[in-house]
Amino acid sequence: MDLIRIRGARKTYKNGVTAIQDLDLDIKKGEFVFVIGSTGCGKSTLIKMLYREEKPTSGKIIVGGINVGKLRNSKVYKLRRKIGVVFQDFKLLPKLTVYENVAFALEIFGLPKREIHEKVVKVLDLVGLKNKAKQYPTHLSGGEQQRVAIARAIVNGPKLLICDEPTGNLDEVTSMEIMKVLDEINKLGTTIIMVTHDTEIVNKMKKRVILLDTGRVLRDYKEGEYVHESN
Amino acid sequence: MKAIRIFSRSVRDSFKSVFRNFSLSLASISCITITLIVVAIAIILSQNVNNFASLVEGDVTIVAFLKRDVTDSQTDAIKDKIDKMPYIESVVYKSKMELSREMMDSSDVFSSVMQNWDEKSTPIQATFQVKVKDINEIKYVADEISKLDGVDIVKYGEGMVEQLVSLFDMVRKVSIGMVIALVIVTAFLITNTIKITIFSRKREIEIMRLVGSSNINIKVPFILEGLFLGLMGSIVPIILTVFGYNKLYEKFDGQLFSPFIKLIVPEPFVYNISFVLVGIGILVGMFGSYTAVKKHLKI
Repeated sequence: MDLIRIRGARKTYKNGVTAIQDLDLDIKKGEFVFVIGSTGCGKSTLIKMLYREEKPTSGKIIVGGINVGKLRNSKVYKLRRKIGVVFQDFKLLPKLTVYENVAFALEIFGLPKREIHEKVVKVLDLVGLKNKAKQYPTHLSGGEQQRVAIARAIVNGPKLLICDEPTGNLDEVTSMEIMKVLDEINKLGTTIIMVTHDTEIVNKMKKRVILLDTGRVLRDYKEGEYVHESN
Repeated sequence: MKAIRIFSRSVRDSFKSVFRNFSLSLASISCITITLIVVAIAIILSQNVNNFASLVEGDVTIVAFLKRDVTDSQTDAIKDKIDKMPYIESVVYKSKMELSREMMDSSDVFSSVMQNWDEKSTPIQATFQVKVKDINEIKYVADEISKLDGVDIVKYGEGMVEQLVSLFDMVRKVSIGMVIALVIVTAFLITNTIKITIFSRKREIEIMRLVGSSNINIKVPFILEGLFLGLMGSIVPIILTVFGYNKLYEKFDGQLFSPFIKLIVPEPFVYNISFVLVGIGILVGMFGSYTAVKKHLKI
């Protein structure tokens, strides 16, 4: 079953720049997909449309049964509750502890305290930060901060995890640790779309790879097909 | 149950947030405090000016001098007619001898000159002293009284009263206008300060949206935070108003410069002002937060 279905999507910004054009794409439930391409190819715009930070100018984008293009501003939260998003710059709240940062994403649902506690502890365990729950993000390394961000993104069990260059600020070893965490999450059933520049990671992970160029899908590599050869 | 939990968390978060962003909260609170002090002073001044104006206006009296040959039954008839006129607050009759006695009591010179005058020989005329409910109608009432049989002349400080009325009217309008203008400036200042503090928390709002908070769930804690800021900002102005005005009243013994200018009695005056201050603080705080957050909720 398709979790994401994109048909003829186009995005032209107010300044006249067309970032995405004639884009068709299907992503099935449980897949792990890399989106790669050179700077300005439309990667960021594509995933921004998936979590409705941007609206497509035309075409259809369906995420988990929700037509993103027709989603009203006041109803965006309905989509956001079904997906998790992770960014290069982590986007953690520095004045909240690790535990509070993760619990933050559950409190909005009005869950009882005990249930929140159980879920947060479980997800912190999954990302390997159980013993850092009481620390503040500024006291953590980049890799640890990103794991907090991942924990926050998946704590409410989203069907889809969108990662916008999650390893962009991290060294090679830490990047691979993050990839391990993401792979584990994917194995638990969460669909993952990850935008990256890091071809090393893409090579190692051997997943489906979508290569974008000037806002179009240039090639869609099946699992294990893509091999980047450095010159 | 869910909604209660979400709301109680909003209350908790907004309270925490005031302390977490302490320096920014302090900026908003001091802004509210300072502007509300100015508003409090303006209200106290304008209310006292109004009070003084009302007291003076209430003191203005029409004096109707009766003809010398008016009989008792005619006097009763005149009183009846005045009583039935519109805008009449009170009518007091003073006989010739009553007035003579009052004048003699007030000065030794009068006393020695007037002691030999009797009911017949006295040049003093009996009067009706009439107070009106609405000072703007004093001319109309005076004219009506002067038309009555048995009334000789009617005096009410013509000219001066009209000037006084128009002066007080202007003072009232200006003072109310000033208070309104100040409240608007206050609202503007507080709203902007809160906007700046919320701008610095754009990231927090962005993350709230990202993890799936609905717009209303994002707004509520910020609006409640505005309420807390307004509440805290109004504490000092209220204390200053209650204690300051009481002290001022005691120091001046309830009057300013002369017994003629009376200050408003502190209770319940200061409490009414306190309610107004806390009301302005809370409303403006909430409004400021609301408009500031709303701006960040558009994509």
